[in-house]
Amino acid sequence: MQVTIRQQDHTLVAGLAGDWELETPIPRFDRVVEEGAPGGQLQAVAFQTTELGEWDSSLLTFLLQGMNYCEAHDLEFQDDGLPEDIARLLQLARAVPEKVVERAETRAPFLARVGTKGIASYDAFLASVGFLGEVAGSFSRFLLFRTRLRWQDFWVVVQSNGSGALPIVTLISFLVGLIIAFLGAVVLMRFGAGFYVSYLVGYGMLREMGALMTGIIMAGRTGAAFAAELGSMKITEEIDAFETLGLSPVDHLVLPRVLGLSVMMPLLTIYAMFVGIVGGMLVSVTLMDLSMTQFIGGLLTPVTLADGLLGVFKGTVFGLIIGIAGCMRGMQTGNDAGAVGRAATSAVVTGITLIIIANAIIDWLSALLGV
Amino acid sequence: MVMNPTAALEVKELLMAYGGRVVMQDLSFQVQRGEIFVIMGGSGGGKSTLLKHLIGLKKPAGGAILFDGNDFGKADEQTRRGMLRRMGVLYQNGALWSGLTLAENVALPIEEYTELAPDAIAEVASLKLALVGLRGFESYYPVEISGGMRKRAALARALALDPEVLFFDEPSSGLDPITASRLDDLILQLRDSFGTTIVVVSHDLDSIYKIADRAVFLDIEKKTMTALGNPADLRDNPPSEEVHRFLTRSGDIEGRSVSGHTQERISVP
Repeated sequence: MQVTIRQQDHTLVAGLAGDWELETPIPRFDRVVEEGAPGGQLQAVAFQTTELGEWDSSLLTFLLQGMNYCEAHDLEFQDDGLPEDIARLLQLARAVPEKVVERAETRAPFLARVGTKGIASYDAFLASVGFLGEVAGSFSRFLLFRTRLRWQDFWVVVQSNGSGALPIVTLISFLVGLIIAFLGAVVLMRFGAGFYVSYLVGYGMLREMGALMTGIIMAGRTGAAFAAELGSMKITEEIDAFETLGLSPVDHLVLPRVLGLSVMMPLLTIYAMFVGIVGGMLVSVTLMDLSMTQFIGGLLTPVTLADGLLGVFKGTVFGLIIGIAGCMRGMQTGNDAGAVGRAATSAVVTGITLIIIANAIIDWLSALLGV
Repeated sequence: MVMNPTAALEVKELLMAYGGRVVMQDLSFQVQRGEIFVIMGGSGGGKSTLLKHLIGLKKPAGGAILFDGNDFGKADEQTRRGMLRRMGVLYQNGALWSGLTLAENVALPIEEYTELAPDAIAEVASLKLALVGLRGFESYYPVEISGGMRKRAALARALALDPEVLFFDEPSSGLDPITASRLDDLILQLRDSFGTTIVVVSHDLDSIYKIADRAVFLDIEKKTMTALGNPADLRDNPPSEEVHRFLTRSGDIEGRSVSGHTQERISVP
């Protein structure tokens, strides 16, 4: 690739020689002109291509730079020295009419952006409330036998969140039980109160960690799956197909999922509590020389049924939250390729955030009520 | 509102907007009962958006869409459901419910709107599938059949409740010419056999000339309709340069006179 510059009267003649290939760097047209004819009184740019070898898009790119340069500097671009096919391609590149697309302003003023964000957040809040209302309406129709539950979908959700979720719930709950027991062992043994580690494990797993960890697992596992499933259905217009048949997508798609998860979450929570306590017992028996009888005794004496029921109640609430958040994000999915991924991510974030908030509120209320 | 008694669907000064941006405006036309009416125009020209307005998925920013005299945008839920009950829609990709078999896809709307016994519903579903040439495929899932078969199955679902008006969104897209032509034949057969009013969104000229009684052309530049009539008539007497170019697949109209105006050469190699 070689460019030689000479000035003939008021015309700059660029001699293009050798092979022009994309593998080698493309010279900048403006630099070539400035180096070849610094300060010259130019009126036109012409080309000589008698020694031009093989060429590809690199030469066209260079020549397009030249056309833009000529336009910017009010020079005539003389393409008669170029091979006919190159000249035609250049014309084509310049002739294709650009589609007029009205684009939003790239960057609005600060206050406008704050306002837009505020309105968007308010709209999102209204949409969430609206969706919650639709789910409540659908649930009441189900209770009044005015809509038929798709039992097939319901049982799929039950199975997926039953046996399908057991391995991960087992692993996490067992490890959480271990961790609580380790913490208790370190702290309580300093005060000679190592015996109470079973109380800590039992109380912690039943009231808090059983439901919370199951909720977090299910938000990542099932909430994301709901959002992805419904998001894909939105993109393939399956949800539109319900609406144009006058059928409620909430009745057919959301209700079985939310109900299925709400039924399974308390059961999984009970299972997680049990496995967590077993994990804690393992640490207590091996690390603290407590016998299994001592551990169970220390657990059953102070821990009440109310602690367990509170955990189960939390699990049920978390199930509703995860189901509704996952389905809502799925139904709100956009139409582009990345929308399903964003919906799944958003479902997880929304689910976990709401679970933590709900947990804090329930704890606060139970403290007030003395539960 | 008073409506032409022969019109199945009437669009009055429809304004379509998206995010405050006007997509199309001043759209007014009627679709007569038993006719095949095509909405045509270039890609990104608002055809599918218009279809979404016609089937109630989007609300007009202005104007009205009347279905048997009832304004879609203002109808209460019960009336709206009744209107939707009398419509069928074939989506571009079929939009079959992936978790259901073909028979279940067709049966679901029948289950929702009728009191028929389950075995009767299954028989009706089989009949609808047979009408579109899918006898014996009742237990297949959408993922197990080809694109053309999916479209036909979706058509069977759209026909489930014997709709008075059928909407097709790009029926020939993604299909080979032979399958697309067969689908066109099916559309003609449906109209001739059942007297169904059919509204088709398409930019497939072969299909348009074959099936359309009348067509409306949406001009993306002018953001409105610029032609209404029989496609062959519009081709022979194009009301605008865009319509001529569209209906003749022409990128080059050197010196041709369109409606009395001599156009400059527009060169597309």
